[in-house]
Amino acid sequence: MAMATRILLRELDTPNIHKMDVYMKNDGYEGLKKAIGMKPAEVIDEVKASNLRGRGGAGFPTGVKWSFIPQTEPVKYVVVNADESETGTFKDRQIMENNPHQLIEGAMIAAWAIQATAVYIYLRGEYWDVAAGLDKCIAEAEKKGFVGKNVLKSGWDCPMYTHLGAGAYICGEESALLESLEGKLGQPRVRPPFPAQKGGGLYAEPTVVNNVETLANVPWIMVNGAAEYKKFGTEQSPGTKVFCLSGHVKKPGNYEAPLGSLTLRQLIFDEEYGGGVPGDKKVKAVLPSGGSGPIIPATDEALDMPLTYEDMQKLGTILGSASIIVMDEDTDIAWVAAKVTKFFKHESCGKCTPCREGTYWLDKVLDRIMADQARESDIDLIANIAKNMQGVTLCALGDFAANPIIHTVKNFPDDFKRHVGETAVTAGGSARRGAAAPAGD
Amino acid sequence: MLADKYADRIETAFAKYPTKRSAVMPLLYIAQEEYGWLSPEAIEEVASLCDLDPTQVRSIAGFYTMYRERPKGKYWLQVCTDLACALKGADEFYEQLLEELGLDHENDTTEDGTFTVEHVMCLGACDRAPMLQCNFHFDPKYDRLDMEKARKLIEEWRSEAKKK
Ligand SMILES: Cc1cc2nc3c(=O)[nH]c(=O)nc-3n(C[C@H](O)[C@H](O)[C@H](O)COP(=O)(O)O)c2cc1C
Ligand code: SF4
Ligand code: FES
Repeated sequence: MAMATRILLRELDTPNIHKMDVYMKNDGYEGLKKAIGMKPAEVIDEVKASNLRGRGGAGFPTGVKWSFIPQTEPVKYVVVNADESETGTFKDRQIMENNPHQLIEGAMIAAWAIQATAVYIYLRGEYWDVAAGLDKCIAEAEKKGFVGKNVLKSGWDCPMYTHLGAGAYICGEESALLESLEGKLGQPRVRPPFPAQKGGGLYAEPTVVNNVETLANVPWIMVNGAAEYKKFGTEQSPGTKVFCLSGHVKKPGNYEAPLGSLTLRQLIFDEEYGGGVPGDKKVKAVLPSGGSGPIIPATDEALDMPLTYEDMQKLGTILGSASIIVMDEDTDIAWVAAKVTKFFKHESCGKCTPCREGTYWLDKVLDRIMADQARESDIDLIANIAKNMQGVTLCALGDFAANPIIHTVKNFPDDFKRHVGETAVTAGGSARRGAAAPAGD
Repeated sequence: MLADKYADRIETAFAKYPTKRSAVMPLLYIAQEEYGWLSPEAIEEVASLCDLDPTQVRSIAGFYTMYRERPKGKYWLQVCTDLACALKGADEFYEQLLEELGLDHENDTTEDGTFTVEHVMCLGACDRAPMLQCNFHFDPKYDRLDMEKARKLIEEWRSEAKKK
């Protein structure tokens, strides 16, 4: 076989990789052993050289993030972001359920690189069963000397703990996550200081926050080296990525592939992946990064664009966490905007006025639009409310909430106009909303 | 008293963190498990364990949706109706499930206290829509649901509830 194209969803190639003995037979914990034989700064350099980019949404270079940690501070933390709450995102769950040791190993390598004193894995509250599974794996790893006291006889102590959230999307934002972990309301912090700085991290200590998928890449990079890793993907988007495919596709699920090796069209239509749209309908629009990223119309140009950070930018959207939601030709995009807005209204933590008030008013006007009681001016109204939310809030949720409006109104104006006054009646208004494709279709 | 009955679990929670305050979330879960919901008394118990003011604990319980400050049914069904699931008919499924159990948006718990039905945001299982979670647990049986499957599940839960 040619070089394996899977680094993360390895259970598909190696059954039972979630078990310690199977994992160890397949390079398991070799990356950690190698890292501990190196100086922390050398580990950071290797990860920097791989140009691994954060998989939690922002795509920030991981090695660079680690290098911000002041080595002189005695107490430091690694916090794993397993909050995964964006609609259309279910990759971290699959990694934690099926390849948990690789996450534990990756987190321990990160911890060695910054000489952390403890690792916390913050899981969304709904991942109760996943956390229980991880706790067992952590205990096994501790027995083997990979976690806890005197890790691999290096003299370095680093315990690892899971922590369950309790249902708040905002806790995926890293500073809100840290607040929540400290037992406070999950509201974002004013920055600076940033989490990597003294005063800005967990319990005010320097802290690295990384996504599950990001860290799960690290053991492979340590074992095989940055140069090998960069053979996957493109210059600006190295490595493989898990694409979460959902919505109107025949075979929704997680698919891993090197970045840039797949176009949206291949992912949606190839038998190996999505297998096409139920009822063989046309694709109308795609949300490449869940509800929070800009929506794009399914033009040929968009469908033939390779899935990378840089190419999605060319389309005016983002790859983000690669939570790709597909909408068929019958989908009412105004309904999509209304749905996503309800989400953000519910999830706004209320700390800043433009986000709290903006989501409230957007939701109110969109309700009016969806009830076919809109005025023509309501469409401009929502676009204006959304514009006034951009770039003025404490965290990116304000922008996330503005995106669905700005980009749906711009790209699908007719879907909104159909709900306006007189036309609403003649054109049948919101006859079809989301869709009711039967389950299992 | 939680302190006696759950001494081990409470100690494990405290051992994880450098501050007592950080244990407030795990302790709220323990209290909810014991009492079924977070009554004012339960909140006070957690507050005194974590050396916090009850009003602080109440605001935390109110901030997070998985803590419930009203009594709930034995089977707490949370249906995801977020975008990716709604594209697969989750809104319709949720409405049908309410109707089946004689519930509506305001009255989410059956009179016999067996079921509570809520709709929630993305549960990280969008590839299995429509889906639900029962008492915070996932199960392949709760995936790709339609009313036929749901009625069978309801039957199972009902007869299980009678045995208890
Ligand atoms: C509102 C909001 C929600 C977020 N939710 C998540 C999340 O669920 N998981 C995640 O890994 N990152 C999430 N992020 C991004 C984190 O703030 C942070 O950038 C990320 O955890 C860094 O890890 P990475 O560099 O490995 O990607 C969210 C950001 C915002 C603004
Ligand atoms: S932008 Fe919204 S979610 Fe973020 S801090 Fe402000 S109010 Fe809270
Ligand atoms: S949208 Fe329903 S589980 Fe994600």
